[in-house]
Amino acid sequence: MNRRDAITRVALLMGGTVIGADLFLSGCKTKEDKVEDLFATDDANFFNEVGNTIIPDTNTPGAKAANVGGFMAVMVQDCYSPDDQKIFLTAKEKINKEAQKQFGKDFMACDVPQRTKVLNQLDNEQKEYNKTKEKTAPNHYFKMVKELTLLGYFTSKIGCTEALRYVAIPGKYEGDVPYKKGDRAWATR
Amino acid sequence: MIKDTVNVNGKAKAGNTYDAIVIGSGISGGWAAKELTEKGLKTIMLERGRNYEHLKDYKTATKDPWEFEHRGSITQEQRKQHPIIARGWGAAEQIIDKWANDVDAPYTEIKPFNWWRSYQLGGRSQLWGRQSYRWSDLDFEANAKDGWAIDWPIRYADLAPWYDYVEKFAGISGSREGLPQLPDGHYLPPMQMNVVEKDVARRIQEKYKGNRHMIIGRTANLTQAIPGRTACQFRNRCWEGCPFGGYFSTQSSTLPAAVATGNLTVRPFSIVTKILYDKNTQKATGVEVLDAETNQTYEYHAKIVFVNASALNSAWVLMNSATDVWEGGLGSSSGELGHNVMDHHYNLGAAGVAEGFEDKYVYGRRANGIYIPRFTNLFGDKRDYLRGFGYQGSANRDGWSRDVAEMEFGAGYKEALIEPGQWSFGMTGFGELLPYHENKISLDKNRKDKWGLPVLAMDAEIKDNEQKMRVDIIAEAKAMLESAGIKDVRTWNNGHNIGDGIHEMGTARMGRDPKTSVLNAHNQVWDAKNVFVTDGAAMTSSACQNPSLTYMALTARAADFAVSELKKGNI
Repeated sequence: MNRRDAITRVALLMGGTVIGADLFLSGCKTKEDKVEDLFATDDANFFNEVGNTIIPDTNTPGAKAANVGGFMAVMVQDCYSPDDQKIFLTAKEKINKEAQKQFGKDFMACDVPQRTKVLNQLDNEQKEYNKTKEKTAPNHYFKMVKELTLLGYFTSKIGCTEALRYVAIPGKYEGDVPYKKGDRAWATR
Repeated sequence: MIKDTVNVNGKAKAGNTYDAIVIGSGISGGWAAKELTEKGLKTIMLERGRNYEHLKDYKTATKDPWEFEHRGSITQEQRKQHPIIARGWGAAEQIIDKWANDVDAPYTEIKPFNWWRSYQLGGRSQLWGRQSYRWSDLDFEANAKDGWAIDWPIRYADLAPWYDYVEKFAGISGSREGLPQLPDGHYLPPMQMNVVEKDVARRIQEKYKGNRHMIIGRTANLTQAIPGRTACQFRNRCWEGCPFGGYFSTQSSTLPAAVATGNLTVRPFSIVTKILYDKNTQKATGVEVLDAETNQTYEYHAKIVFVNASALNSAWVLMNSATDVWEGGLGSSSGELGHNVMDHHYNLGAAGVAEGFEDKYVYGRRANGIYIPRFTNLFGDKRDYLRGFGYQGSANRDGWSRDVAEMEFGAGYKEALIEPGQWSFGMTGFGELLPYHENKISLDKNRKDKWGLPVLAMDAEIKDNEQKMRVDIIAEAKAMLESAGIKDVRTWNNGHNIGDGIHEMGTARMGRDPKTSVLNAHNQVWDAKNVFVTDGAAMTSSACQNPSLTYMALTARAADFAVSELKKGNI
C-alpha cells in the first residue's frame, strides 16, 4: 500500500467507501460496552455461520474456518465508530427477522439453501439502499457484515494461502505472465 | 546498530560545540549530515522525535497480512491521536505509529490544511513515495518567463552535476527518454511496465504523434544491489521500512555513510526552538534545543547551521529566531518568510476498464507505476492557465474487493472472487501550484503544543489557475484513456486541501534579491550567511514533478558551497 495503491483503490471503490474508514470522523467517545457484551456471547459463532453462507467450504476452507466471526468482533469493537457499532449490533436481529419472514424460523435453524436465500435478499436490500445513499447517511448493517466477511476471509491465512496465492518475497516483477482461467489471484499487490 | 557507531547523545551537556548543526533527519537532513561529515565537519543531527533504527525498528515489515489484527485498519483510539492523518490514505495499521501525533502537535487551520508529518529519525524519508524526477529549465525559468512571483536564482546547469551526484548515491531506477521537460539522469535499470501499461503507452504515443509519453516511474528503489544495500524484492511494503534497504531512506542510505565518517552525532528528542543569532557578526552561533522528553533546554554551538526540518517547520524555526532584531524572525526582512506556500494539487484523476488481456497476469508487487510527464504549455501548446501537470498511475487486475454484484452467495461466488477480475487502468494528476504571497503560514501565539511552543496557523488554498488546470487534468485524462482504448472511463475530482500532496514548499524561498527572498542562490539565509535552508522551504516555484530529488541535489550543492566558504573564512 502507498499513495499510488490508494489512488487505484479510490478508482476501484468509486462511489463506495469502506465502512470504518470514514473521513473526518470526530469526537469518538468511550467504547460501547454493548459491543463487548454482544461478542462475549456465542454471537461470533452466529457470524461465522453467516460468513460461511457467503464464502462456504469448497475445495478450500470457508469463512468459518477463517473465523470471520471473531474477526468481526475485533473490528467492530476496535475500529468502528460508535454510530457504526450501534448499526452493526442490529445485524443479528435483522437477519433473524428476515429468516422468520421467509421460513418461519431463526437463521441458525435454517438449512444452507434457506440461509443463502435470506442473505441474498438482505444483500439486494443493501445494494438498493446504497444506490441512493447520501455520503453522511447511516451505513447499512448488511454491507458491514458482507464487507467484514470478505475482508476477514481474504486477508486470513486460509484466504491468502489456500484460496488465493501469496508470496512473501517475490524477488522480481514481471508484467506479462500467462494466465489461464481457474488460476488463483494474488492475495496482495 | 546506530548506537554502536554513533554517539546517540541523550543527555548532552549545555555548551556542546560542533562544526555543523543539522536540524532534521529526513531526506534533506540526512543528505546534509552525509555531505558535511564526509567533508570532515564534526556534525550533530538534531531530530525532534524518537530514534528509529534501520532494520531493528521495522517491526511490521516481515509480518504476513493475517498477522495484522485489524488487517490494515486503524483503531478508534489511533484515530483520536491522528485526526489529520485519519483524513487520508496514510491511516493504516502498518504505519500509523510513524506519523506525528496530531494531538500533541496541533496546528490551526485558518483554511483547511492537511499536514502529513513524521516526527522520528528519518522523518518522511521512511514513508515517501520515492518518485524521483529532475526538474528542467522549463521549471527554473517559468517564473521569469511568466512574470510570476520572482525568478529562481539558479538554472538547470547549476543543479545538473548535483542531480548526477545524488542519483548515483541514492540509487534511482528508470528509463532514459530524451525528454527536454524531464531530463534524463543516472539510472539503474527501469522496472517493467505490465502488458496493459505497455499497450496504453503505445497507443498514447501513436495518438499524440510522439508529443505525449507514458514512461515507467523513476523511483528510488534499487533494481540492482549497490554497496551496502540489497536490490528491491518487489514486496511493495516500502512504507513499513525495508528489511533489504531496497529503497532510499535516511536509515538505508545517507545515515550509514555519515556514521562511517566517525564525525556524526545524532540527538533524538531534540526540538530546535530557535537559531541563536549574533547581531554583531550577523551570523548564527548555534541553536537552542528543547528536550522533548525532559522539557529541559540546551544550547549547541556551531559554525554552520543547516535547516532541514521540512518546509513548514523550517519556516517555524526561522520565525522563532532573532526576534529581537526582526519581529518576524530570521529571514523575515524580505517580508516573504512563511509566504508562498506551495504543494502539488491532486485528488483527481480518471480510471476505466482495459478490455482483453484475460490471459495475462503479473508476478511480484511493483512499488512503482507509470508516469506521464507534463505536456501542457510546452513547445507551443497553450492553455487558459499557467504551467502544467503530470500523471501517475498503473494498470492492475482487480482483486476480490471488486465483489461480483450479479452473483448469489455460495460456492460460485467464492470461486469467482478467488480468480482475478478484469484489468483496470487508473491515473491521477499532480499539478503545479503557483506561488502566491497571500498563501502563508504564521505563528499562532494563542495556541501552544504539548511542549508549550506556539503552533503554526495555515492560511493557504488553491486558486483560479489551479482550478482551471484541474478541469483540464480531468478532461485530458479522460481523452487520453479513451484514445488508448480504455472503456467506461470515470473521473473524480475530490478537491485539494494544501498539504495533501505532501510536497510542501516555498516558505523561505530562494531568490536574487534580499528584498524579495529569504535565501540566496546557495540556500544561504540573506540575513545570516552561515544558515542554510535546503528543504522544500527553499523552492521558488513548485513545478509539477515530485520534489525530493531536487531537495537532495540542492542540499549536496549547498553543503559543498558551505564547506568551501568555511575554509575560505567567508562564514
